[in-house]
Amino acid sequence: MFDTLSDRLSGIFTKLRGKGRLTDADIDATAREIRLALLEADVALPVVKGFIANVKERARSAEVSQALNPAQQIVKIVNEELINVLGGEGRRLQFAKQPPTVIMLAGLQGSGKTTLAGKLARWLKAQGHQPLLVAADLQRPNAVGQLQVLGGRAGVEVYAPEPGNGTGDPVQVARASIEHAKRAARDIVIVDTAGRLGIDAEMMQQAADIRDAVDPDEVIFVIDAMVGQDAVRTAEAFRDGVGITGVVLSKLDGDARGGAALSVREVTGQPILFASTGEKLEDFDVFHPDRMASRILGMGDVLTLIEQA
Amino acid sequence: ARSQNAFGKGLLGLLARDHLDEDAWEEIEDSLITADVGIDATRDIVDRLRERTRVLGTRSAGELRDLLATELVTALDPGLDRSLRTTGRDGVPAVLLVVGVNGAGKTTTCGKIARVLVADGRSVTLGAADTFRAAAADQLETWGGRVGAETVRGAEGADPASVAFDAVRRGIDAGTDTVLIDTAGRLQNKIGLMDELGKVKRVVEKHGPIDETLLILDATTGQNGLEQARVFTEVVNVTGVVLTKLDGTAKGGIVIAVQRKLGIPVKLVGLGEGADDLAPFDPAQFVDALLGTEPLARDA
Ligand SMILES: Nc1nc2c(ncn2[C@@H]2O[C@H](COP(=O)(O)OP(=O)(O)OP(=O)(O)O)[C@@H](O)[C@H]2O)c(=O)[nH]1
Ligand SMILES: Nc1nc2c(ncn2[C@@H]2O[C@H](COP(=O)(O)OP(=O)(O)OP(=O)(O)O)[C@@H](O)[C@H]2O)c(=O)[nH]1
Ligand SMILES: [Mg+2]
Ligand SMILES: [Mg+2]
Repeated sequence: MFDTLSDRLSGIFTKLRGKGRLTDADIDATAREIRLALLEADVALPVVKGFIANVKERARSAEVSQALNPAQQIVKIVNEELINVLGGEGRRLQFAKQPPTVIMLAGLQGSGKTTLAGKLARWLKAQGHQPLLVAADLQRPNAVGQLQVLGGRAGVEVYAPEPGNGTGDPVQVARASIEHAKRAARDIVIVDTAGRLGIDAEMMQQAADIRDAVDPDEVIFVIDAMVGQDAVRTAEAFRDGVGITGVVLSKLDGDARGGAALSVREVTGQPILFASTGEKLEDFDVFHPDRMASRILGMGDVLTLIEQA
Repeated sequence: ARSQNAFGKGLLGLLARDHLDEDAWEEIEDSLITADVGIDATRDIVDRLRERTRVLGTRSAGELRDLLATELVTALDPGLDRSLRTTGRDGVPAVLLVVGVNGAGKTTTCGKIARVLVADGRSVTLGAADTFRAAAADQLETWGGRVGAETVRGAEGADPASVAFDAVRRGIDAGTDTVLIDTAGRLQNKIGLMDELGKVKRVVEKHGPIDETLLILDATTGQNGLEQARVFTEVVNVTGVVLTKLDGTAKGGIVIAVQRKLGIPVKLVGLGEGADDLAPFDPAQFVDALLGTEPLARDA
């Protein structure tokens, strides 16, 4: 669908082949192509700019000029930097010292929160936990019913004291769910919330109120892998509005390059914990920064390419 | 009040300049890219703009802004017919098929369109051909109840094509004016699911041609939006786009590429989660919002 980075770079590599040393112009030309590839992968422009500046700086440094094959070295730098920004080794969920551990989900409308709630519940249950799902989206039509169906599939209790569709107070439901979890000896509480826009001040306040009511150990920002340049603004809004401790990238089973991953990491500084990769509850995986780096740049091809460079 | 986007700020910078240097051009390019217009379309548009400013001897940033707006509106082909075909013929209801990737806003848009039609005195049948996602049919039925439209649904896991067929059958029998068929979200790279959608279309067409196939595109979508439009069009011949969630900070610039490359016009925009948050697409207004000067208002 897009020109991959390897398409873009192969021309440059041909020119550079046999050169012992890269001029500034060579570095600039390579950097330009990488910049375009990142933009085509939907990495947000300010993030691209910072990233490219870093890469150039490293490329000009001694490590490249002394390398046997400088062009190859630049691509290695890009790959390393990408994995680095995407989170290196990654991180596991943080559990409370005193159960229950509370996980709150937040994000834009339709990003995949409710589906993720079901996935997390199923996954945690399989590890021997006793999760409780909490229906605190009382706004979207039949969000409560959707969570109940998913809870049924995961074999996990759903706390849904209010019918939703505009009826009930989500903050109250969230607060009461913690007491309920303690009574029912649930060790993990997963709070599904309504989708909201970053610029909707009233709804962001509601999210902050839910957070204050449940004092979560994790506030997970769920973002659609197809998102474009808006990722930065939205991530900033959720970071400032509710505070984010972790990110989940959803719909990674699609063919979007997923440059938003880079943007969100850069903006929030918080780790990407999981990849949501389908509509079924088992379509779920821990996040692999190295795979994501390859995906954003079509790097699988690039690594082959540099071997030939 | 919404804060101005990067372009708005950039433009202020431009206005302070007395001539258009390379930085000014880069700022323009950047602002289009930040609106998800995409690299190819951005370059073409900026190249044309450079040519025109050269020919016209444009000096001021104000004039440049107007020229850019004109280029963008032109790219959206303002002469195109963006009306929705919602009137049936010979006593057969008009049939609209609503498609798109997961979570884009299909079900909500069905509800909103039904609302407009019912308010216009027309009768609407909703077909819940998303038999897959949890509570999808309930969600559509809730919308039906809100706006006053009957909802035809099948059992969970039923064949979506047969539910869609039944909905049109019901529309014909009940003599309704319009049948709106909501389908399950699917990512365009899922061959099996796209085949299923093709079958929905073929089976519905046993009743007669589909009048309108609407692709729901989420305004936050980046470059993948073009691929969505390409594949959905290949499979079900999309006749119009509805650009949803334009009430957020995303600009939806990908529709410019969709229009240029595929010639599929945006017909409607979604501006919120409520029944009345739907508006006709107006290229000039859209471009103004994209350039950060006049955000789209709900009552647009
Ligand atoms: N293909 C795919 N679809 C997904 C994934 N995650 C969620 N979905 C689908 O995306 C759509 C939206 O998911 P939801 O879980 O309802 O999203 P949400 O964030 O809860 O939406 P709101 O509550 O309306 O804000 C549904 O059709 C889901 O089945 C994923 O990883 N891959
Ligand atoms: N802010 C805003 N939210 C919207 C708009 N359109 C839809 N939504 C919300 O987006 C979410 C997903 O909308 P749906 O109509 O369920 O989307 P869908 O395409 O039917 O989703 P699936 O059937 O799961 O693929 C819901 O929370 C809607 O309320 C819009 O124009 N603006
Ligand atoms: Mg939800
Ligand atoms: Mg739907």
